Amino acid sequence: MKQRKLQWITLVFVLGAIMMLGACKKKVAPPPPPAPPAPTAPTASLTANPNTIEKGQSTTLTWQTTNATDVSIDGIGAVDPNGSQSVTPADSTTYHLTAKGAGGTQDATARVTVTAAAAPPPTSSATEEELFSQNVKDIFFDYDKSDIRSDQQSALQGDAGFLKQHSNIVFTIEGHCDERGSTEYNLALGDSRANSVRTALVQSGIGGDHIKTISYGKEKPFCTQSNEQCWQQNRRGHFVYQK
Amino acid sequence: MFPFMHRLFKWLLPIVLFSPPAFSQDWIRTGTGLGVEKVRLAVPDFKASTQDAKNTDLLKVFNDTLWNDLDNAGIFDMVSKSFYPLGPVGSPPDVKFEAWSAPPPNAAMLGFGNLGASGNTLTVQGWLYDAKNVTSPQVLGKQYQDAATTDAARTIAHKFADEIIFRLGGGIQGIAESKIYFVSSRSGRKEIWAMDYDGANQHALTHVGSISLSPRVSPDGSRIAFSSLTRTGWDILMYSVDVGRLVTFPRFGGTNLSPAWSPDGTKLAFSSSRSGDPEIYVADQSGANLKRLTSFKGPDVSPAWNRKTGAQMAWVSGRSGLPQIYTMEADGTNPQRLTEEGYAVSPAWSPNGQFLVFSWIRHYGPGAPGAQDIYIMDIASKQWVQLTHDGGRNDFPYWSPDGRHIIFQSSRSGSEQIWTMLADGTNQKQLSFAGSNTQPNWSWK
Repeated sequence: MKQRKLQWITLVFVLGAIMMLGACKKKVAPPPPPAPPAPTAPTASLTANPNTIEKGQSTTLTWQTTNATDVSIDGIGAVDPNGSQSVTPADSTTYHLTAKGAGGTQDATARVTVTAAAAPPPTSSATEEELFSQNVKDIFFDYDKSDIRSDQQSALQGDAGFLKQHSNIVFTIEGHCDERGSTEYNLALGDSRANSVRTALVQSGIGGDHIKTISYGKEKPFCTQSNEQCWQQNRRGHFVYQK
Repeated sequence: MFPFMHRLFKWLLPIVLFSPPAFSQDWIRTGTGLGVEKVRLAVPDFKASTQDAKNTDLLKVFNDTLWNDLDNAGIFDMVSKSFYPLGPVGSPPDVKFEAWSAPPPNAAMLGFGNLGASGNTLTVQGWLYDAKNVTSPQVLGKQYQDAATTDAARTIAHKFADEIIFRLGGGIQGIAESKIYFVSSRSGRKEIWAMDYDGANQHALTHVGSISLSPRVSPDGSRIAFSSLTRTGWDILMYSVDVGRLVTFPRFGGTNLSPAWSPDGTKLAFSSSRSGDPEIYVADQSGANLKRLTSFKGPDVSPAWNRKTGAQMAWVSGRSGLPQIYTMEADGTNPQRLTEEGYAVSPAWSPNGQFLVFSWIRHYGPGAPGAQDIYIMDIASKQWVQLTHDGGRNDFPYWSPDGRHIIFQSSRSGSEQIWTMLADGTNQKQLSFAGSNTQPNWSWK
């Protein structure tokens, strides 16, 4: 068979080429020194308790970091790697912690909502919806995965904490995917993501009858560029308050 | 070399052969014309048989449609019109056998005829002659009458083309009257649309006003099952072609996707997450007697029945990570994995039961080119052939009723559009141009 013969010739040629290349490489390029082990990336978390105060009251910021050499909070300055501090913001403030280490930089934020002390209590549904959007954070996923990443656990615990305190809220978890992959499979994957967030919340004690789920697959992206930053924005479980 | 190839050669036409062991960096075409000799066919323009003013338009539509159908069929070597002898051929006395059967036309077969409007009536006479058989040349003689409209002229051209294809193509019914159902966003929302197999006559069927996906027409052509976002979630909806509107179908809860008709039209398989995890279910065509076929964590979606036997199903499962194509018996037993790597989705079973066509990102991961292309796999041997190589994301392939063509969606032109090709990957043509058009599904006849 001609093709079989051609394959042999090709194989011999390719093997020869590989051997020659190999010989050249030995002469010019000494093996590089072994790479040092990659430094571990820092982790950081920041919470405010309580996260809603009346004007004039104080709240306590608490933070934890690991693998960080340089930790600072905007508006406060350099702080210890782990600690807590009382603050009395005049207006609603988002506190931003930056943890720098040999392995990179990690951010964490905590939002403190300051309500006017003298004002009459606003209608509860509007406040509740605002609080929901301020406190409940979306959960992000790895490519083609529907299990909850370790770096999303703190967001999930924060969500569960808020939802436990506001157990009357009914909400929807939307499962979203990035633009890659196929329409039908992505809708099924988005369903798995929404259900994975739902299951985690139910395990944390949130009533399942308050949670609806829906998959949008790649039908309703948050971001439409074709790069990893945008794709990560689109791989998420998104929380929506139900009126 | 591959027993699979011999079967494919017999059944398909010239073939694109991909030979992974020897040529992993490139692809080659070999064996053009193996197995089947293409019939050399000449089809001079039909001649006007009346003096009606409408004849010019009607003849243009008729002649273009007939030529296009025969050229698309993939079984003819169409003789170029520049080789034709002078003088129109409108009826049998006009045929000069010597001039057609000798070079340069060297035609084996000759299709010819006449067309004329008279008032509101259009009459077409068509013949198929064996150009080398002077004493008894007639293979086919047909007469058609319909309204004197361009739509009717197009329909008659499709019917006459199908007659020729049936006679000369091994007794397999032609596809010129078949329909394509697909998803189009050109009204602003994703709705279900229909068109003729050649891209003509594109029109919206549904006006649901949300997002409608995955149309699948029933084997008898009377209904289209699809998945749509409703107030309660993703549900299977049913559109009746006969009455032109949605008809009732049960809501199952959870996310319900990718319906697929059994070849006898009595059952519908689909993906449902009503249990909390997307699994494959099967129900009667009415929606009754729901049964679960898979139970394994991870998405299970996109079922496709064996169109010949109805006894097996292919589907897509993410149970081992990236989605792969599996087959099982129609009762859910004996699951088998077919693809071993990459990202494999959108299986469709060939009408003869032998092949799957599907979409595959074969080399997946960092540094891999990540092209998403259409492949055919011989199910028994798991040998595969790559059909598209021309860039873009290629997905949702589906077979024509005669198994000679494949329709699919491709982004290679810059937006998602519907394309068609012969089942060996040749003759790729774009059929849709406006808006974004996806998930084509070909009628069963």
